[in-house]
Amino acid sequence: MSIIIDKNSKVVVQGITGNEGRFHTASMLKYGTKIVTGVTPGKGGQEVQGIPVYNTVDEAARNHGVDTSVMFVPAAFARGAAFEAIHAGVKTLVVITELIPQKDAIEFVAEANKRGTIIIGPNTPGIINPSSRTLIGITPGHVFSPGSVGIVSRSGTLTYEIAWHISQAGIGQSTCMGLGGDPIAGMDFIKVLEMFRDDEETKGVVLIGEIGGNAEELAAQYIAETNYPKPVVAYIAGRSAPPGKRMGHAGAIIMGNAGTASSKIEAFSKAGVPVAEKPSDITNLLNI
Amino acid sequence: MKLFEFEAKKILSDYGIRIPESDVATKPEKAEAITRAMGCPVALKSQILVAGRGKAGGIRFASDATEAKNLAASLIGSSIKGNVVTSLLVEEKLNMTEQFYASIAVDRQAKSYVVLASTSGGVDIEETALATPDRITRHWIDPLTGFSEQDALEIASRLNTSQDDAKKLASIMKVLYKVTMDYDAELVEINPLAKTPSGEFIAADARIILDDNALFRHPEFKERELERGEDTQREAEARKQKLTYVDLDGDIGIIGNGAGLTMATLDLVHVFGGKPANFLDTGGGRVEIIKKAVLLVMSKPEVKAVVINILGGITRCDLVARGIVEGLNESAIKKPIAVRLMGTNEEEGAQILHQAGVHIYPSMEEAIREALKL
Repeated sequence: MSIIIDKNSKVVVQGITGNEGRFHTASMLKYGTKIVTGVTPGKGGQEVQGIPVYNTVDEAARNHGVDTSVMFVPAAFARGAAFEAIHAGVKTLVVITELIPQKDAIEFVAEANKRGTIIIGPNTPGIINPSSRTLIGITPGHVFSPGSVGIVSRSGTLTYEIAWHISQAGIGQSTCMGLGGDPIAGMDFIKVLEMFRDDEETKGVVLIGEIGGNAEELAAQYIAETNYPKPVVAYIAGRSAPPGKRMGHAGAIIMGNAGTASSKIEAFSKAGVPVAEKPSDITNLLNI
Repeated sequence: MKLFEFEAKKILSDYGIRIPESDVATKPEKAEAITRAMGCPVALKSQILVAGRGKAGGIRFASDATEAKNLAASLIGSSIKGNVVTSLLVEEKLNMTEQFYASIAVDRQAKSYVVLASTSGGVDIEETALATPDRITRHWIDPLTGFSEQDALEIASRLNTSQDDAKKLASIMKVLYKVTMDYDAELVEINPLAKTPSGEFIAADARIILDDNALFRHPEFKERELERGEDTQREAEARKQKLTYVDLDGDIGIIGNGAGLTMATLDLVHVFGGKPANFLDTGGGRVEIIKKAVLLVMSKPEVKAVVINILGGITRCDLVARGIVEGLNESAIKKPIAVRLMGTNEEEGAQILHQAGVHIYPSMEEAIREALKL
């Protein structure tokens, strides 16, 4: 079992003929993901890695029955591409594209909510389930291994770092998902924690947060209030960041007293969630 | 991107919102001339991009042209909350009977826009929001249907004002929404929204923050984008070179890939007792970008040693290694570095660095510990 995706996920790649789309289609296929079709407007009829390309998601979906889309289109076209995927009826849309105008992201996330489509991202490394060899996104498959830890993260490379430690410790991951580094994201910690709670493969959860916003505080509150049944360990990046400086991600900024690492660490401590000081400490704190 | 007050007011004025009579001065003589031409007491307002400038002495009042000149001379070139004042907005001093507040902002948690309005505007609005949140009216906009006349009137009617005022406030909120949409703004705020003795509403102060991700749709800000008031010189330089860079006050230079991993690298430097000199996220591993990153960090005088922490998921280590070596070769100043490089083609990367005499450490912790010894 896994969350959101599994070995039966039938995937369409939007923006498949671009450099990124081609490269990651090859990586995903190599990992084992069932990519059945691709879309680039005006490139219908071509093939990429033997995968047939269509002009629209609707056409691709009608011919191949897809349920999941992964999007590599440029930011300026992301809104249109997302609406297209949502209206074609995909259940899950993984938006790799970064730096999407907030207005556009707000609109397609609202449309997705209305239609019941799950949006992962934007600016996400994607989602991976090592046991079913399903990788949807740009994560490097080789740092992951099948196992029992669910990872949900606001980061990309830091997630690989932590996943690597967990793999080295012989524990492995159930499903690992990046929420995305753009200001507006389709998923949040709480929704993913709910899914991990109900997932048999997941025995414990690693939550990777960072400074800025209050998503970690809300997650801590949720864990405390629901008496969350599985062990959770947190890591917060940006403990040493000064206020008012945006540390790369759009959301990673301390404004006044809001969004500080200490506020998040305190919230987790109150909820009984250990917070690792170093990425390498996480495996020892995981009590599974 | 934060706009200056005078830029924000110009936009609001273009959309029909009344703003005080004003002009920009970069020299005391200009402030004097503007005041003389206006023939009334003025406010001299430092054009800097940090909030709270009034309380920090960045706004002064002059009753005549000579006083305006003298005050302008003391303000221009001074530093307010760490920002050097280069220009002033010289503005007619408003006579106001009430101070309101109105804004529209992106609400990331709600994944929508939130409209805020209050009859308790002014410099203490943040304290008001914390202490008496019920004095601020909130409305979340449905992104799929937008913000209607009806919505605006409904919010205004919750403010306990006369019907006439409510109508005026509703039309101002509608304008804020239109500006937010047209300019791809993250925030459009009027505070205070002054009510004059004759019952008119004037934007006494205004803030607009544009969405950086949408600047490509607003080419008129292209030049302006490179001259952000809030950047240090090195940050501005990095921005031109498309590097994500933040100056910090320590002595350990940091280069990482990915915002989260780079922040974690800074944090570990702290844990091990050091202080980072900067944050630099290369994003990926292109040779040219890595080279620029190495040159930029090496050239910062305060930097004693550099940590490079690259976890190449899809980033190719051989390209990163080439970028590092090219950067080191071109750098006029040589400083010790400790590299952690893991991912695709890591053996080739290690070989390239080995030939250049650069050692690779197997983990970020070891690389950082080593850099602190260097």
